[in-house]
Amino acid sequence: MAEGTRPLPVPTPETKHFWEGTKAGELRLQRCDACRHTYFPPRPFCPKCASRKVSVVKSSGKAKLFSYVIHHRPAPGFTPPYAIAVVELAEGPRMMTNIVGCPQTPDALLLDMPLEVAFEKQTDQISLPFFKPADGK
Amino acid sequence: MKPKSVAVVGAAETTDLGVIPGMSQIQLHADAALNALGDAGLKPTDIDGLATAGETPTTVAHYLGITPTWVDGTAVGGCSFMIHVRHAAAAINEGLCKTVLITHGESGKSRVGASPRPPFPASLAGQFEAPFGVMGPPTMFTVPVLRYMRTFGITEEQIAMVAVVQREWAAKNPRATFKEPITVADVLKSRMIAYPFRILMCCLVTDGGGALILTSAERAKDFPQKPVYILGTGESVESPMISQMEDFTSSRAFRVSGKKAFAEAGIEHGDVDHLMIYDAFAHLPLYGLEDLGFCKPGESAAFIGARNTAPGGKLPLNTNGGGLSYMHSGMYGMYALQESVRQLRGTAAAQVPGAKISIAHGVGGMFAASGTIVFSNERG
Repeated sequence: MAEGTRPLPVPTPETKHFWEGTKAGELRLQRCDACRHTYFPPRPFCPKCASRKVSVVKSSGKAKLFSYVIHHRPAPGFTPPYAIAVVELAEGPRMMTNIVGCPQTPDALLLDMPLEVAFEKQTDQISLPFFKPADGK
Repeated sequence: MKPKSVAVVGAAETTDLGVIPGMSQIQLHADAALNALGDAGLKPTDIDGLATAGETPTTVAHYLGITPTWVDGTAVGGCSFMIHVRHAAAAINEGLCKTVLITHGESGKSRVGASPRPPFPASLAGQFEAPFGVMGPPTMFTVPVLRYMRTFGITEEQIAMVAVVQREWAAKNPRATFKEPITVADVLKSRMIAYPFRILMCCLVTDGGGALILTSAERAKDFPQKPVYILGTGESVESPMISQMEDFTSSRAFRVSGKKAFAEAGIEHGDVDHLMIYDAFAHLPLYGLEDLGFCKPGESAAFIGARNTAPGGKLPLNTNGGGLSYMHSGMYGMYALQESVRQLRGTAAAQVPGAKISIAHGVGGMFAASGTIVFSNERG
């Protein structure tokens, strides 16, 4: 069994909308009003064109498995072996996550497999965005 | 920078490498610095420029009794020392200082007087990577590799071969931590750390340090050691988060830094006699060979498999045994620079006969930063 607790994020003014989103069951990205670039992680300006006119947009939550490792050593809050994954969202940005509802093995974790977001409450303040196989409902 | 305007006139590692529980981090800096000063025939009071990472320049200057007119505390991980060399060359040329000391010391294994390790929970990495169970470099540096393997059809056996070949170099080096020969089968049955990485594909964790002394090429001829000239330099940074690396099959920081260094040096790949690519993990030489332009994308594993980088090959690579077999304190870049200097002085344990041009290419963080130095031992 997992010992200890996993590290949790401490939101900043620039990331608050993201963590309020996960708490409300929404994966929130940002999109530039000027050049339409959709980006992550959060910041109040466009990393592509530097415009400060940006909007928070709700992601479809659909993604594909882009890359991962399966960690075999102990980590606080985790039961090894567990996968540390990077997914590519349908909207373009990539993010780190864990894959849930799926064996943590190379045979089960296939690159490019379709995934969808699954939120898990950690505390009253923080819910984390995980991903599960899209056809594994 | 102007090629060959600045030279390395002092270079040394700590007296011991490996497990050094009797020395704190700052003393490892000092032990290496005193050895490098001895190598150059200098005293701390002769130094007027200081660059370091891991400790602040203030701490190292005060500890050693140096009164600098120029300092550089660039700390972007293991390639900081390559970047220090680049900045020092510019500073010497600009007349900001005459004689620069660059120090590294790290109690990576024993953790005596060591600095705390980030990330902090409000940083971007703390918010968007730490919650998903990353536990240091073995779980971050390795994340892009399955995508690299898928893109180019690279196998675990081919990645294991990187470690096997480097162990051949380490066997020739009395100071290497691991010298026993290994096979691909040994690597692939060694303990799993973070699939697809097994322990023999991961660097050592040791204690140690190193230091360099640089001055103008004009003054270099008056020093006791054969000068090793700075021919070209490069640096860049990309992202503090591995998940945000632009291209999982190629490092932008490597490409930018390497291209700059080659252009400054005015050399072609065929001119390079000896190469060091920072190998915290077995995939780094693969990315490095491709991003520096020695191999086309996806072809470096076959290049290593064909023994081009092995003893007797046309491009000797990581001839000290590398971070995989020689030593790795945490910020290994200093040891890559030391081996390049030894090769061009003609004093390396596994000496490449007649080596004239050597490149030391470093990484910082998890593909987060890069620094590249091209050295030459010919002034003309």
